[in-house]
Amino acid sequence: MHIEDTIAAISTPLGYSGIGIVRLSGKDAIRIAERVFSSPRGKSLSRGPTHRLLYGHIIDHENGELIDEVLVSVMKAPNTYTREDIVEINCHGGPLPLRRVLELVLRHGARLAQPGEFTMRAFLNGRIDLAQSEAVLDIINSLTEEGQKVAMEQLRGGLSKRITGLREGLIGLTAIVEAYIDFPDEEITPPDRNELVERAGRIQTELGELISSSRYGLILREGVKTAIIGRPNVGKSSLLNALLQHDRAIVTEVPGTTRDIIEEYLNIKGLPVRIMDTAGIRDSGDIAEMEGVERSLRAMQGSDLVLLVLDGSEELHETDIRLIEESRTKDVIIVINKIDLPTRISPERLPPDKPLVRISALKGIGIEDLKEEIVDMSTKGRKVYEIDTPLVTRQRHLMALKRAHEAITSFLEGLDSLSPEILALELREALDALGEIIGITTPDDILNRIFSEFCIGK
Amino acid sequence: MERVDYDIIVVGAGHAGCEAALAGARMGLSVAVFTMNPWTIGQMSCNPAVGGLAKSHLVREIDALGGEMAKVTDRAGIQFKILNRSKGPAVWATRVQCDRALYRRYMREVLEGQEGLEIIGGMVEEVIVERGRVWGIRTNDNIYRAKAVVIATGTFLNGLIHIGLRNFPSGRAGEPPSTGLSRSLRAIGLRMGRLKTGTPPRLDGRSIDFSVMERQDGDTPPPFMSIFTAQITNPQLPCYITYTNDHTHRIIRDNLRYSPLYSGRIVGRGPRYCPSIEDKVVRFGDKPRHQIFIEPEGIGTDEVYANGISTSLPEEVQEEFIRTIRGLEDVRINKYGYAIEYDFVYPTQLRPTLETKLVSGLYLAGQINGTSGYEEAAAQGIIAGINAALKIKGESPFILRRDEAYIGVLIDDLITKGTNEPYRMFTSRAEYRLLLRQDNADLRLMEKGYRIGLIKKEHMDALLRKKAMIESEIERLKVTRVKPGVINPVLRRLGGSEIREDTTLYQILKRPEVSYMDIPDSHRNGLDPEVVRQVEIQTKYEGYIRRQIEMAERFKRIEDIRIPDDFVYRGIPGLSNEMVEKLEEVRPLNLGQASRIPGVTPAAVSLLMVAVERHRRQNHRKKGALS
Repeated sequence: MHIEDTIAAISTPLGYSGIGIVRLSGKDAIRIAERVFSSPRGKSLSRGPTHRLLYGHIIDHENGELIDEVLVSVMKAPNTYTREDIVEINCHGGPLPLRRVLELVLRHGARLAQPGEFTMRAFLNGRIDLAQSEAVLDIINSLTEEGQKVAMEQLRGGLSKRITGLREGLIGLTAIVEAYIDFPDEEITPPDRNELVERAGRIQTELGELISSSRYGLILREGVKTAIIGRPNVGKSSLLNALLQHDRAIVTEVPGTTRDIIEEYLNIKGLPVRIMDTAGIRDSGDIAEMEGVERSLRAMQGSDLVLLVLDGSEELHETDIRLIEESRTKDVIIVINKIDLPTRISPERLPPDKPLVRISALKGIGIEDLKEEIVDMSTKGRKVYEIDTPLVTRQRHLMALKRAHEAITSFLEGLDSLSPEILALELREALDALGEIIGITTPDDILNRIFSEFCIGK
Repeated sequence: MERVDYDIIVVGAGHAGCEAALAGARMGLSVAVFTMNPWTIGQMSCNPAVGGLAKSHLVREIDALGGEMAKVTDRAGIQFKILNRSKGPAVWATRVQCDRALYRRYMREVLEGQEGLEIIGGMVEEVIVERGRVWGIRTNDNIYRAKAVVIATGTFLNGLIHIGLRNFPSGRAGEPPSTGLSRSLRAIGLRMGRLKTGTPPRLDGRSIDFSVMERQDGDTPPPFMSIFTAQITNPQLPCYITYTNDHTHRIIRDNLRYSPLYSGRIVGRGPRYCPSIEDKVVRFGDKPRHQIFIEPEGIGTDEVYANGISTSLPEEVQEEFIRTIRGLEDVRINKYGYAIEYDFVYPTQLRPTLETKLVSGLYLAGQINGTSGYEEAAAQGIIAGINAALKIKGESPFILRRDEAYIGVLIDDLITKGTNEPYRMFTSRAEYRLLLRQDNADLRLMEKGYRIGLIKKEHMDALLRKKAMIESEIERLKVTRVKPGVINPVLRRLGGSEIREDTTLYQILKRPEVSYMDIPDSHRNGLDPEVVRQVEIQTKYEGYIRRQIEMAERFKRIEDIRIPDDFVYRGIPGLSNEMVEKLEEVRPLNLGQASRIPGVTPAAVSLLMVAVERHRRQNHRKKGALS
């Protein structure tokens, strides 16, 4: 529990409305916001009067991507809610950009706020008077209780077990290094480099897996990998164009990188969507049917979501049936195109368990329905979209996992150049990060392990 | 206040008692130190060495605060060695083998020569308390009145020695235990527990074949423990290393039923880091051998200490297994190993000044608080002595934080977490290990020692000069650029990559392969080696040190939020009964300490933070209304 660093959180409990605020409070709030904000008129957040609103964009400078169009209000201490510098980033691109903005400011040095922490700071800094303090305690209490409940629910799943396992592994690793440091007289052989690499590597891999298996993290980073498949001339290319027309994601050029021309990025209601093999989609008009199938199958591999396009004005081909079969195990949306023409397709041969959307790509009919379906399908049951406590805690977990991953990576990279007590520092960092997730911080664990595994003492 | 016999009475003249008594007297107060036997002042009752990992850190800190242990260690030292030299500077440690008799003698002489300090022979039977304040003590034949009492009785409280299945009350081999005092502390209301420790046999060196053992000499020149030491005059002696073997282990295993440990006679909990040989053989059955470190007891004696085979097996079994060890085939045992059980006071009953929460003016220091080790004891001794003196003078208490000193870590651990085995310091207990190096103990603490009155002005001035030199040299390195033509030959020689353009010396020195003395003469200042060392460490580890300083800064903020003495935990909405109980037991001084109590959750700390602020404002308002 720290009280003078800069905290950030999504401060509006929103549902699906797509408008929300990322709020920062603390001495670095303005500096951090400045790192991710870009004003088209070159205005600066730090200079100029307090309590004003600036228009601009939030940009991830690592890859140049524009995340959202925003209004930023800058409020300098002390006339703010918390009596600290506050920056509020009003996003409107939808829940996912909102989360990405949050992630971005966390990456630039803010810490995810604890439940009720803004209010707590307001109180500690004298903003809320004594008469209201009882209420403050209640708020913090209920939020933490709720937070704990949610955390417990999440942890009851496999995560807790895996974190505990990882922590055990780390304690073992730390014990090796610490025993080597603290007991130079004992017959403790210097840690075997291969063993350290092997143990740390295992932890690193598993942390990496956990981080990338977090669907949320994956979507934020890579977008929903989407394949548009179908035999030639069903209208894949028109569909792509229809989607691109309104929702093509703005991606600023990063100097020195060449853009991958066979992918297109969409931003559908805030959900980053990545259409694979767009070159294949566009070329498919004049190729043989068999080749088209092969291509579709290839595109489908490794995708998160499949849009299987069928021509509604024709009977189902053998090829269509084959593609339906092949995509059975995937998350697939059946897209029946050309509904502006007389319908020939027979619905009874379509899979009953897959969602079905009727569109006319050329006339722009049903595209909105399709977008809804894409969003629902990509986030089904996982509530990625609901900006409420469960996600906040999950975000917290993800941040902690990343910290641990970073530390264990530094450990591995430093094995040959850093001295043991510095290496131990990295391991401690990783242990602390994992401990945060499951709420344990006991330095004695390491000593306990040393005493149980090494014969120490004269 | 009525007339007193002494300002401070110290009970016990071991490592804790000596430091406590000296600190009190040097701060200008009248001090009496009670010992059952003046010949055992400063007795090293376990192995004849001071220092080692994390312990030399403590000794250096005591030294920087104006304590005595480091100086006496250097004077009595017969082998000086730096451990962990191949590892980073934060975990270097100095270990000094001492002449046990010389150590006792020098420490006694210091006490005898100290103005305002009186040594009194006698057994203290009772601490007299009046209305929650200490009144004085009663010995077997008298009573003495004092403003403060420091109890530093080591393992003597209800000491019970075990050898085989035989046991008898004793404070240390050949010395009587103290039973009355233990009863008296219980009567005051202090909760007490029982711990156990053990020692190995002492051997006659004339009966040992050292030629078949590994010899281990100290470093030359000897690295001193105290920064005030200028030279070592004692002859230097080697240690030897030998090992147990299968045969040894078999004998031990066959006789376990005669071990008080394994027959259930010992109830006290022993230290896991210092297991008996019985323990090692049982718990690590797959280890083919265990190391024995043969330490000389002194210059004028042939006795040696067999470190590594602490045992409480019967005498005849000790004889049998020890003779299976290489070099010890014909050994004569001067004194048998034994285990000792003793009473200790649960240290969560103490304030960070080591004053008991129950009785004002009563301080506890050393093994009585559940620690083990001379260094841990001495560290507590000096803190208890300083605080007893400060309290009498009406000054604010002296407390070291975890980011300032190992002493801070030690005391905070004890009073916050308590202990259920003899507590020993390890560097891994310190979360700010890179900051708490033994090489910078003076830079960290000497100014504090000076302010208390334990460090002389001349030493303080020298420290300030040293600090200034370090700073100005680092500044110079940062602004001085060196040409490739000048430095590349050096870098080539050291196997480092060459530079292409002018680079600051600071950047050059940051490279792991470059040490200060590698910088060409033309670009180097003739500096004291201690200054050079600080410049090197602070340059090379800059990034990591800064990281730890930032951590420590964050830690300090929460540490600064004080919890008032009269704070009521019960009734804070959301704070569970379990939390309330833990908090009430420890009664932490500040939020930082509260957050370290085992089982207290971050959520509880948040609640506490708000509740404490509320309390503060309520009091503020009340005071406002009164005035």
